Amino acid sequence: MTESVAAGPRGLFLEVWQGRLRASVKVAGQGPPLLYCHAAAGLRWDDFLDGLARHFTVYAPELPGTGDSDPHDIYQLDSLWDLVLVLGDVLDALKLQGVPLVGHSFGGMVAAELAAHWPERFSKLVLIAPVGLWREERPVTNWMAVPIEQMPSLMFRDLSAPAVQKLLALPQDQEELVLAQAKLVWALGCSGKFVWPIPDRGLHKRLHRVRVPTLLVWGRDDAVVPVEYAQDFAAYIQGARTLVVEGAGHVPQLERLDQVLPAVLEFLRG
Amino acid sequence: MKISMFHLMPYRDLPPDFEQRYHSVWVDPPWWELADAERVGQYYNWTLDELVYAARAGLDGMCTNEHHQNAYGFMPSPNLMGAALAKATNGLDVAIVQMGSTLPTTNPPIRVAEEYAMLDCISGGRLVAGMPLGTPMDVNYCYGIPPIEQRERYREAHDLILKAWTSKEIFAWNGRYWQLPMVNPWPRPIQQPHPPVWVPGSGSITTWDFAIDHDYCYCFLSYFGGQWAQGVVDGYWARVQEKGKDLNPYRLGFLQLVAVSETDARAEEEYAPHVEYFYHKCLHVAREFAFPPGHHDWESLLHMARTRGFGALTMNLREMGYRDFVKQGCVIAGSPATVRDQLREVIKRLRVGNLMVLLHIGSMPHQLTLKNIDLFAREVLPHLRDIWDDEGWENHWWPQRLRAPRQPQPAAQ
Repeated sequence: MTESVAAGPRGLFLEVWQGRLRASVKVAGQGPPLLYCHAAAGLRWDDFLDGLARHFTVYAPELPGTGDSDPHDIYQLDSLWDLVLVLGDVLDALKLQGVPLVGHSFGGMVAAELAAHWPERFSKLVLIAPVGLWREERPVTNWMAVPIEQMPSLMFRDLSAPAVQKLLALPQDQEELVLAQAKLVWALGCSGKFVWPIPDRGLHKRLHRVRVPTLLVWGRDDAVVPVEYAQDFAAYIQGARTLVVEGAGHVPQLERLDQVLPAVLEFLRG
Repeated sequence: MKISMFHLMPYRDLPPDFEQRYHSVWVDPPWWELADAERVGQYYNWTLDELVYAARAGLDGMCTNEHHQNAYGFMPSPNLMGAALAKATNGLDVAIVQMGSTLPTTNPPIRVAEEYAMLDCISGGRLVAGMPLGTPMDVNYCYGIPPIEQRERYREAHDLILKAWTSKEIFAWNGRYWQLPMVNPWPRPIQQPHPPVWVPGSGSITTWDFAIDHDYCYCFLSYFGGQWAQGVVDGYWARVQEKGKDLNPYRLGFLQLVAVSETDARAEEEYAPHVEYFYHKCLHVAREFAFPPGHHDWESLLHMARTRGFGALTMNLREMGYRDFVKQGCVIAGSPATVRDQLREVIKRLRVGNLMVLLHIGSMPHQLTLKNIDLFAREVLPHLRDIWDDEGWENHWWPQRLRAPRQPQPAAQ
């Protein structure tokens, strides 16, 4: 299918967590369902998601508090366990079962937790530069401690990639710009609840429970989660395959879209 | 009018090029390169001596606070200092103002209830119980609390402490962040139902509301003086009125840097390097440490984004010198007459009832600090005490037994 989703995804709101949360889910595309978990800075509908949406119906829940959800919704969650169960509520409401799951960075950790919690609920798992493990001698960079103007150079090895340029483009309208920046900072604050001060909430004890075919995607020059972590994830997840992307940083799916998108699609359809 | 001496306990001997060579005065200044433990021992003792000297000289209270991993002011446990001060000033009508134990990081928070009660007992009911939210540097970076949890933890800790002090029954606490099976602290404070509570803040509307709703004294702890504070303080008083509370000036605490000498010229000669040391080195905090995402709640964040943008500084401290700091009112410095007039003007304009004066500034040596305290106590303080007397307000935020004006006393040598 080559359907264009230039109009962007549509928004869906779901009453979950016994009505205490109005979960925001972005949906786009056609085809079998796929669940996507976004990174710490909040969901941005980028060229990679557009690419996935040409072959799947992509469901991308927003972390409570971020994006189009109520900013105060984050206070409904006490722990990572709550977050996993809220996403379980979202999956129930969407009636998703046996679906592929893709997560990036912070969302990679969330996806790994989901897959470890409910191995039977997912068919395949793609983790792109996930956080969640910790090597003392090679720590994950604390991205919340990086001045905002240094963020792009931390995240991307290749700032010139068209998909990256598109992502970094700022809204022209002043009020839109202010809101976008505030939402980005707030999303970092909300996700910070589950990763501050160290993005390790014990995933290493649970990763062995991931029993679905898994693809790990990593940029060779990832300055946030060094590529060595790919080995650690691979060691815990039986049979995991690893794709290391040359010339890419922490967002290989945009920096090398032409390479990563086909590889992910092939894995998901294979 | 109540006037207390505040002390930060900074490192007094940072290298001259500190702010060029090092990333930040807070969180990551390298101890092994910069500091010497023997010297620090001397600073702690000087700090205690200076505060006790101020108490004997006639100031109404002694303020200490909690900070971590920095050269700007490092009393990781203000209550250790408070205990020494309480013991040393028994018999004097001086308040022990703890500004104080950081609520979200004291674990479990009944530790604050216990230690404050100890201080109240040791001092014979002279405690002011400061309840700070804590800075992002201390709470998020040094003590690892997720920024977005800081205010929630603060509110829970506060509720627990107040209940621990006042409940006549032993109770179980089933909180979001803390669970305790049988809360029954020994001791409880002398002051009933509890010591007066002060809430330090830096201008966030959320903190104003908290202080006003609980009828606490809100303390604006700024280093930038009365001109810069005007907007914040106006906002606070407007909020007090909106909430139907009276304009009792003792609802507001304010911190002011003060340096007194014989003449204005002499003050510049003596204090300029120490004032510049303070603004250039002690306030050299890396911006990312001061604004971690989640520290400001959504409303404050949006307000910030719309009004002043993210992390935009209104002053470039490094390019300012002593005269700029004096001119802008950040420091009130000069002869006793100059200091009196300017302080009186600031107190009245901001409507401050509980003033805190920072009489030790940056690298100020011990002897000069004693001189500053002495001149302030003799030549300035007596002229300010009566400022609010004609309005007849009661200072509900001061220990009951210390509310009468202190009698003028000769400074102890």
